[in-house]
Amino acid sequence: MSLYRTELRRLTKRRFTRYMTLLGLLVLVAVVLGTFFTNQKLDADAVAGAERQADRQYQEQVRWSEQERAACEAAKAAGTPNDGRYPDDCSMITAPPREAIEASWFLPSTFNFRETFPETLIPFAAILALVGFVIGASFVGAEWSSGGMMNLLLWRPKRLTVLLTKLAALLTGMLAVTLPAAVAWFAGFWLVATFRGTTEKVTSGVWQSVTLTGLRAVVLVLVVTTVGFALASLGRHTAMALGGVVAVAVVGQFGLGILLEMANVRFPQVWLLPTYVLAWMQKKVTLQDWESCNATVFGECKPETFDITWQQSSVLLVVGVAAVLGAALWAMRRRDIS
Amino acid sequence: MPAVLEIEGLRKTYKSRRRGTRNALDGFDMRVEAGQVHGFLGPNGSGKTTTLRTLLGLIRPDGGRMSILGHQVPEALPVVAGQVGAIVESPQFFPHFTARDTLSLLASAGDVPANRVDEVLELVGLRDRAGERVKTYSLGMKQRLAVASALLKNPKLLILDEPANGLDPGGIREMRTLTRNLAESGMTVVLSSHILGEIQLICDSVTIISLGRRVAFGPVDEVLAQHSSGAVRVRLEAVSDLPAAADALTRSGIRVTGQDDHLMLAGVDKPAAVTRILAEQGLYVSELSPVTVDLESVFLELTATAPVPGQHRQVDQSLKVGGPEQSGATGGGWGA
Ligand SMILES: Nc1ncnc2c1ncn2[C@@H]1O[C@H](COP(=O)(O)OP(=O)(O)OP(=O)(O)O)[C@@H](O)[C@H]1O
Ligand SMILES: [Mg+2]
Repeated sequence: MSLYRTELRRLTKRRFTRYMTLLGLLVLVAVVLGTFFTNQKLDADAVAGAERQADRQYQEQVRWSEQERAACEAAKAAGTPNDGRYPDDCSMITAPPREAIEASWFLPSTFNFRETFPETLIPFAAILALVGFVIGASFVGAEWSSGGMMNLLLWRPKRLTVLLTKLAALLTGMLAVTLPAAVAWFAGFWLVATFRGTTEKVTSGVWQSVTLTGLRAVVLVLVVTTVGFALASLGRHTAMALGGVVAVAVVGQFGLGILLEMANVRFPQVWLLPTYVLAWMQKKVTLQDWESCNATVFGECKPETFDITWQQSSVLLVVGVAAVLGAALWAMRRRDIS
Repeated sequence: MPAVLEIEGLRKTYKSRRRGTRNALDGFDMRVEAGQVHGFLGPNGSGKTTTLRTLLGLIRPDGGRMSILGHQVPEALPVVAGQVGAIVESPQFFPHFTARDTLSLLASAGDVPANRVDEVLELVGLRDRAGERVKTYSLGMKQRLAVASALLKNPKLLILDEPANGLDPGGIREMRTLTRNLAESGMTVVLSSHILGEIQLICDSVTIISLGRRVAFGPVDEVLAQHSSGAVRVRLEAVSDLPAAADALTRSGIRVTGQDDHLMLAGVDKPAAVTRILAEQGLYVSELSPVTVDLESVFLELTATAPVPGQHRQVDQSLKVGGPEQSGATGGGWGA
């Protein structure tokens, strides 16, 4: 217990932890503020304005097509060779019908809580996961490379206990940041929706769904934090974790993506990690293969699809964490420390 | 006296695919008794740090037995860790914490009362600089911090691997008094150092290691005496008795060289034997002193690392007990 408290103290004492957390939270605040200022409430004025703008656009189109038709006819009369600029029949140049120009195109963007909020949880999770990853990696990585780990082991010779206690303290810290941040995120976007959009149709079912998505975001943050911690402990250096991730991202993902593309694999995204992260957050990702065609009864051509569910993602997350953390613990048990 | 630290047949082999295997420790033995200040000496790369790391559970041995305070280690390390304070070869600390924070984190991890932190900071002379980040410390200040961290637990066994490294002359002398005081208060201290004058001043006994094996051990004066190759100076009350004495001693198989006012003896196992032989002849000894050699020369002789003019000795070029390089002069059966 004293070790756990000590590690919590160590974690919060570190300036890197503080600055990274602050940075992450500032980015989150910036996202909320940005959304606030780029959205507007749709009142009667805004709708009328959009209507007016659509009208104006229509008039412009009419004017322009008349000009063009006149020019076309003039060219025809003058007998200048048609260089493909105008159609043979000048009367084909007409303005689009008025209905084709929708007023909704000219509506300012507005924040619909029910429709848009769930999507915002993805950047929320991504930003905090990144923060968790580097904090987790540096927390144990700096400890290894500075010799602090060796010092600590002279006091606490049970190596696995030491490593797991550090991890527990780290996750506690991350949770202490992520949970309030999530609550603030909900509240922030509720305010955005209230003042710059709509909170219509947010039923208890919607609440339940976004709460679950929020929880999955928190879980994702903790998982990524654990992976950062384990990688840095395995490599005994913060940079090892970051380097490992870059290697996986560049070689494993881009390289693999290109290779799969060349090999003409049907659903290349199945092999790419971000798909699973997305599936975890959205509950489902539907991949489409545009090269195949499934004719429907209506005669349309529907691409073949492939679903990746959050359950599949969860299996991947569990296996991934188990593998990396297991390797870190195994190395911790076996290695010579110098 | 009970042994606080016992090592028997310790082995540690480093394997490398390219360079093959290296026996850093090759059946090393060591024994430290309670309340002693014990010097742990050896040339560079002889295995001192490896021994201490292994003892502290940082390195996994390939064979041998070790015990601390009567407990088998590394198995019982969790039990004894609270009673063993250690610094291992210029320890490093997280550079962005202050000395006080560093110690306070260690203290709380080890359930040591917080006021102990200020006590040890005072003890090592860092009181006024304790609020500064370790990054800004000089080498000697870091070394002092390391000593402080080892003292924090108020241990029964204190292991210091080159504690004088980087200390100023005043610091070295303070270290010496500190060590003596700690030993007087009942602490057992194991001290590895290359400053042999220092070791000779503060240690009760020593272990000398070379290429992973023990080449000598025992109380400092015994080790010195044994390796002054038994040279002893004898004076008698009456100078006129010297020839008679020389006679008697020669008959007992001792090589004697006569001088004006004294005799030089060689090959004396026990100086007491000389007194007995002379007393039997009715000759009375006024002075009987082993010719002093200092620890440094004994060390150089024992480890065969004395510099030879015109040669550059390489590390690992030292005496191997039981090995082919063993020379007659040092093959006196010390160690093993
Ligand atoms: N991690 C390692 N891998 C391979 N060999 C090692 C390793 N650590 C130590 N050694 C070797 O083990 C031997 C003993 O090293 P050790 O550090 O114990 O020497 P030492 O007696 O402390 O020397 P010094 O007086 O220079 O501090 C050396 O030959 C060294 O090269
Ligand atoms: Mg050493």
